[in-house]
Amino acid sequence: MTGLRLLFSASAVSLALTLPAQALNVAVSDFRLANGMEVVVIPDHRAPVVTHMVWYRVGAADEQSGKSGLAHFFEHLMFKGTPKHPEGEFNRIVQVNGGDDNAFTGADYTAYFQRVAANRLDAMMALEADRMQNLSLSDEVVNTERNVVLEERRQTTENDPSRLLAEQMSAALYTAHPYGRPVVGWMSEVSKLTGQDAIDFYRAHYTPANAILVVAGDVTPDEVKRLAEKNYGNLKNTFTPTARLRTPEPEPVAARRVAMVDSRAATPSFSRAYLAVSETSDPGLQSEALSVLAEVLGGGSQGRLYKELVVKQKIAAQAGAWYSGSGMDSDTFAVAAAPANNASLTDLEKAIDAEIARIAQDGPTAEEVEKARQRIIDANVYTLDSQFELARQFGAGLAVGLSIDAIKGWDERIARVTADDVKAAAQATLKPERSVTGTLAPKSAN
Amino acid sequence: MLKLALRGLFALVLLPLLVLPAAAVTIQEVKSPGGITAWLVEDHTIPLIAMQFAFAGGSTSDPEGKEGAAHFLTGMLDEGAADMDSPTFQARREELAMRLSFDDDQDRFTGNFQTLSRNRDAAFALLKAALTAPHFDAEPMERVRQQFLVSVRDEAKDPGTMASRQWLAMAAPGHAYGRNPHGTEATIQAMTTDDLRATHQRLFTRKGLLISVVGDMDAATLARTLDDVFGALPDTDPPAPPALLTVPEGPMLKVTDMDMPQSIILFGGAGLLRSDKDFIPAYVMNQILGGGGLGSRLSSVVREKKGLTYGIDTGLLPLRRGGLFFGSFSTRNDKAGEAMALVKQELQRMAKDGPTAEELEQARTYLTGSYALRFDSNAKIAGQLLAIQQDNLGIDYINRRNALVEAVTIAQVKEQAQRLLHADKLLVSVVGKPQGL
Repeated sequence: MTGLRLLFSASAVSLALTLPAQALNVAVSDFRLANGMEVVVIPDHRAPVVTHMVWYRVGAADEQSGKSGLAHFFEHLMFKGTPKHPEGEFNRIVQVNGGDDNAFTGADYTAYFQRVAANRLDAMMALEADRMQNLSLSDEVVNTERNVVLEERRQTTENDPSRLLAEQMSAALYTAHPYGRPVVGWMSEVSKLTGQDAIDFYRAHYTPANAILVVAGDVTPDEVKRLAEKNYGNLKNTFTPTARLRTPEPEPVAARRVAMVDSRAATPSFSRAYLAVSETSDPGLQSEALSVLAEVLGGGSQGRLYKELVVKQKIAAQAGAWYSGSGMDSDTFAVAAAPANNASLTDLEKAIDAEIARIAQDGPTAEEVEKARQRIIDANVYTLDSQFELARQFGAGLAVGLSIDAIKGWDERIARVTADDVKAAAQATLKPERSVTGTLAPKSAN
Repeated sequence: MLKLALRGLFALVLLPLLVLPAAAVTIQEVKSPGGITAWLVEDHTIPLIAMQFAFAGGSTSDPEGKEGAAHFLTGMLDEGAADMDSPTFQARREELAMRLSFDDDQDRFTGNFQTLSRNRDAAFALLKAALTAPHFDAEPMERVRQQFLVSVRDEAKDPGTMASRQWLAMAAPGHAYGRNPHGTEATIQAMTTDDLRATHQRLFTRKGLLISVVGDMDAATLARTLDDVFGALPDTDPPAPPALLTVPEGPMLKVTDMDMPQSIILFGGAGLLRSDKDFIPAYVMNQILGGGGLGSRLSSVVREKKGLTYGIDTGLLPLRRGGLFFGSFSTRNDKAGEAMALVKQELQRMAKDGPTAEELEQARTYLTGSYALRFDSNAKIAGQLLAIQQDNLGIDYINRRNALVEAVTIAQVKEQAQRLLHADKLLVSVVGKPQGL
C-alpha cells in the first residue's frame, strides 16, 4: 500500500491544480474569433458527448487587496440569471438537455463547463455567451449567495484543521504576492463583499478577449468554429484586457514555521512548502527538473522519502513530495509526512532534512532520473482516457499564459531533463529561507 | 461550486442510471476456455486497457473481532507476491506505469486495473501474482499496519466519517451493515498474517467473481488472459451474504458533540433493494427531491432560497441485503433546527402531493439525456459494466434503461415518496454543536 492518501489534500499549499498537459497524439486545433476570444478544439470521437468550457483569465490572485474571495463568489453569482434566462433557467436548460454543469475558481483562472450530448453544444454556447455579458444581480440574490459561500468556507476549511493549516502556510509563504490568500477568501472579507463589488469585478474581467473556449469530444474543428462564431462571435468587447500585474514576491530571506495544535486533529503530520518557479515563470528547464525532482524524492513507493522514512527507518506511515508547476507567477514544491511507530515530528523533520540535503548536494543518480522521467511520461498517457481532463489541462495552461505548443511539448521537455538539471533545481529551490514548515498536532486530552 | 462530498463516505455508489445511444457501446460476453466470464467493450482508439473486477463478500464477511480484515487486505496484495518481495513488486509496478488498486465495501471486494497497451502482458502477469500468490510478509505487514492505524485514527475524529458511521449504526443496529468497515485500532493492532490468509481464501473465489474489460484488447486475447490471471483461484463458494436488513423506524436523533462552526447532518431511513420492481420510479423521485445537486427541491429551498448550506443531496443506497434512503448537508450550528425543519417540510410535501408534471418531465429528460455522459472513457465504461453485472440487470440493460425511465408516471413517483419519505420518523445523525433540533 503506497501513496493511497495524499496527506494534505495534495500539497498543503497547492494554489492551482494543473499539471501542464502534454498532448501526445491529440490533434488540437486552435484559433481566435474576430473579437479576440481564443478557441481550442480537442476531438475525441469515442462517445457522442462533448465537454464545453469557458475559461476567464482572472482568478483569486487578480482580486484587489481586501476583497479576497471575490473571484470565487462571483463564479457562484454567474449562475444567478440574465434578463433572457432568469434565475434557475440556466440550470433548467442544461438539465433538460441532459447535461451536467459546474464551475471552479483558482488563483489564476475561473472556468465554467457543461458536459452534454454532442448535438446540444449550440444550446450550451448560447447560455454561456448570454451570461458573459448580460448577468443581472439583485441585492437579495447576492446576500443569499454570500451565505452559501460562507457555508462553503465553513464546510471545506473551518471544519478541517489540516485545511486551516494549509491556508496559514500559504499566508506565511507569500510575503506580498496575492497567492498568499485563500481562493475562497478570508471569512472577514467574504462576509463584507457587496453586489457592487461583484458588478465591478464582472465589468473589469469578463469580456470575449479575456476568455478561452475549450471544446473536447465528438466534434470537428469546423463545426466548433461555426457554432462559436454564431454564439460568441458577435459579442463586443467592453474593455481591452491588459497585462495581469500582481504584486511581486520579494526574494525570501527567512525560514518560517507554522505550528497548529487542534483538538480535532487525530494524528500529527509534517509538511513543508518551498517557493518555486512555475512552467510559465521559468523560461528554461527548471520547472521540468522540479517535476523530476518531486518524482525522485517523493513519487509513490519509489521515491527516496518513502523508501528511507517509511520502509527503512520506519518512522513514517506516509511520506512524499509534490510539485505541479501550474501557477502563473510562481509555484510551490511541497514535502509531507505522517509519523509511525510513535516517532516525533522532530524525528521526521530531521530525516527529511537529511534527504533534502543529500539530493541538493549530490543530485540524483542517472538511473533514478531515467526511471522518474519514464514514470511521469507514462502516467500522462492516462490523460487520454478523459476528455474532461484533456480540456481542463489545455484551458488551465492557456489561462496562465502557456502556448499550445508549450503545453503539448511538456513531456518532450521532461525527457530532456538530466541529473545535473535536477541537482541545480534542488539547489536553487530547496533552501530553508524559501520555505515554510507546518506542523499539525492533536491537542492532548490532559 | 463543486458539491457536497458526504455521499462518498459510504464508499458505495448506487448504480448510476445511464443510457447511451444504443449503438455507442457494444458489449461482448467473453468466456474463457477455463470457464471464466467477462464483459468486454473493445475500443482500439487509445493505447490503454481498463479492467475492473469484484469478488462477492466485502467488509460484512469479516469475522466478529476481525473487523477491518478485508480492508487490511486491500493494502497487502501489492506488498510482495509470487517470486517478488515487496520492493521488487513495487518497483516493477511503477516501471510498468500500471495502475492497480483494491477497495472493499460492505458487499464486495473490488479491483481496479489499468495498463498501457504496450505493457499489457507484463502488467497482467503482475496482477496475477497479486491476486493468486500474495506473500503477506512480516515487514510490509507491519508497515501497512502503521498506515491503517493512522487512517483509522483520522477517521475516528473526522466529522463527516463520524456522522455517516453513526447514521449507519442507527439504520442497521446489530447488523453487519452497521459495523465500522475499516475496523478499530484494536482490531488493526491484532490482525495477523493468518487472518489475511483466511480473508484472501474466503473472498477470492471464481464463483463470486465478476469482470469487465474496456479498451485496446480483443476477445481472443482476453479469453486467454482470463484463465491466466484468474484461473488458479479456487472454485469455492463465496461468503454467505448477511441477513436481510430491517431498518428501525424513527424518530431517532443522535448527536456527537464536536467543537466546530458547522453541524454535519445525515437523515433518512429504509430504502429499497436494486431488484425491487419500483426501484426506477423511486430513483426518479429521489432525483426530483434531492438528487443531482442544484435544481432539486431540497437544494432550491435550503441552498438557493435560504442560503443555509453549500450543498444538500439525497440518495438511495441499495445494498445487497438491504436498502437505505438518506440525505446529508452541513449548516451553521445555530441554523441546524431551521434547516432540518425545511427538509422535513419538503419530504412531507413530496409525499403528500407528488411531483408536478413539469418536474417529472425535467427529471426524465435529464436522466435519459445525461446517460451517455457515463460512458465517455474506458475507465468509466468498465465501472458501469461491473455495476450492471453486480446488480444482475442483464447484458442488454443499457439499451432498455431509458425506456424504463420514460415510463415513470406521476402516480408512481408519489407512491414511492409515500413509501420512503417519513418526515416524522427520520433517523437523524449529527456531528457538531447543533441548535434547535
